[in-house]
Amino acid sequence: MVPLSYYLVLSGILFACGVTGFLIKRNIISIFMSIELMLNGVNLSFVAFAAHWHALSGQIFVFFVMVVAAAEATVGLAIIIAVYRTRETLNVDQVNLLKL
Amino acid sequence: MLHLILFLVFGAICVAGAVNLLVQRHPINGALSLVVVMGSLAAEYLLLGAEFVAAVQVIVYAGAIMVLFVFVIMLLNAGVEERTTGSRVALLFGVPGMLIGSLLIAWVLISRSGTEAVAVGALPGPPRIMGWLLFHEFLLPFEVTSILVLIAIMGAVVLAAKPPSTAPTPRED
Amino acid sequence: MSIGTFILVSVIKIVIALFVLLTAVAYSVWLERKVVGHIQNRWGPTRVGPFGLLQPLADGVKFLFKEDLTPPHVYKPLYIAAPMIAVVFALTSIAVIPIGNWVKIGGLSIPLQITDVNISLLIVLGVTSLGVYGVALSGWSSNNKYSLLGGLRASAQMVSYEIALGLSLVGVLIMAGSFSLRDIVDAQGGRFLGFIPRWNIFQGQIVGFLIYLIAAYAETNRIPFDLPEAETELVAGYHTEYSAMKFAMFFMAEYANMITVACLATLLFLGGWRGPVFGPPILQALLPVFWFVAKVFVFMFIYIWVRGTLPRFRYDQLMAFGWKFLLPLAIANLMVTALIVALKS
Repeated sequence: MVPLSYYLVLSGILFACGVTGFLIKRNIISIFMSIELMLNGVNLSFVAFAAHWHALSGQIFVFFVMVVAAAEATVGLAIIIAVYRTRETLNVDQVNLLKL
Repeated sequence: MLHLILFLVFGAICVAGAVNLLVQRHPINGALSLVVVMGSLAAEYLLLGAEFVAAVQVIVYAGAIMVLFVFVIMLLNAGVEERTTGSRVALLFGVPGMLIGSLLIAWVLISRSGTEAVAVGALPGPPRIMGWLLFHEFLLPFEVTSILVLIAIMGAVVLAAKPPSTAPTPRED
Repeated sequence: MSIGTFILVSVIKIVIALFVLLTAVAYSVWLERKVVGHIQNRWGPTRVGPFGLLQPLADGVKFLFKEDLTPPHVYKPLYIAAPMIAVVFALTSIAVIPIGNWVKIGGLSIPLQITDVNISLLIVLGVTSLGVYGVALSGWSSNNKYSLLGGLRASAQMVSYEIALGLSLVGVLIMAGSFSLRDIVDAQGGRFLGFIPRWNIFQGQIVGFLIYLIAAYAETNRIPFDLPEAETELVAGYHTEYSAMKFAMFFMAEYANMITVACLATLLFLGGWRGPVFGPPILQALLPVFWFVAKVFVFMFIYIWVRGTLPRFRYDQLMAFGWKFLLPLAIANLMVTALIVALKS
């Protein structure tokens, strides 16, 4: 039998990896993927709590998190494409001037 | 017992994929290890009895959102990222900081919580009940997220469209 | 049954299913070459064995002995992994497809399905959406502009038509009330008017069936939607740089996808293994399997017939068709089905 805290620790590890990736990566798409990793960690803890307290609302929340993640990924990637067109780079350190 | 072994196996694959995302310098490798993370998370959801959520995770997250990421990486021809001073500083402080933070949280969680276990397939969650909930209790969030998705589609189309070319037509001499 | 027996039975089922699927893939290639040949007023393979029946064997030996060349300019890890990804996901969805009723062997009741889960339809859809990776990654890792274009076009097409595919299935789901493929087939029992079987295609899902058919052609990159791998357009699209066994793996993946889609169509629209059953118990166990195989064969024949007959779409026509016509039609089908089911109950 797996205690609830094991699931929460796994979720915490995924979230921590996501935050670490967000801090250390310099490619904007990798930063985006770290955000998705954070959202996945949160999804896992939602489902774990839903199973623990026998409340199905946790799983419904996971749907909404996925839908919002999809919308955010779509718009974010479109912004990245627009930024790439003007700046010609994907390195966040080089996108540091408001006007070229 | 089998539950614990399966949890540990898929948990190890999750963590390995997440660490691989951090370590890899080419974004396409990162994207593929994120797909592996999502797949093993779907297996974890199955262990918790959330079968519909596991299927939706594979179809939507791993099968559509990550495909979008892979498209963009392929289109923009993202290369290997370089090491700059900023990224070295972030590595030096970020990684140990997050390690200490996550160990602290893990210690607090394991020591403070009881040993009540989550049974395999704990939730009686056939999709019928979830559909009922989605359309009765969570109707407003459902409608609002559908409008959100519509706005996201329009925004993406507008943002990523090619700007109209203003180059002068060449003269014919 | 005990866990040992369960594992043994499952392993036997997996081995048989894989063997049958791979043979079916090889012989669907033979069928295609014969049928397209006859449509084009020529014979097709006739020399190797009677009626060219050993042609797949000859092709297999050829693929094994061809030089497996890895060009130096490719991105090796993904170049080698992409065909494997395509084949693995194409062969995985056979795990939840039931081909017959429960059979009693030696006191055990075994369903003719490797595993029966509550959400088998969603698993098939999920595995189909993961199959896009094989195509996209092979196009990108070949480091070749034709492959990249072909890979991008193919994966954009597959992702677009997946939506219409999924929506066309929701009409069936509303009528059956369950995601499990076995339950959906069981809901198609009986006859009305005495002789018309109660298959979903006769119960008002004819529009759904047609949408599914068209979306399946686009999903498996077949004519009239095979621009990404047309030879006159893009050299060979995403599998330009592949030779020998890796190319054979893409081939196998495409035909295995076709067979999976055909199996799904028979289960959801044509009544699965339902058909006249008579005779002694051994015949009663085998006849449903025969009906299932016959219906899958009819669907594959329609696939190949369309291939020999229609020209291909241009890419922008293809995408416009998928998004502007097929998707609204699928949504309209869904709304009408939901309305009728709600008014009936």
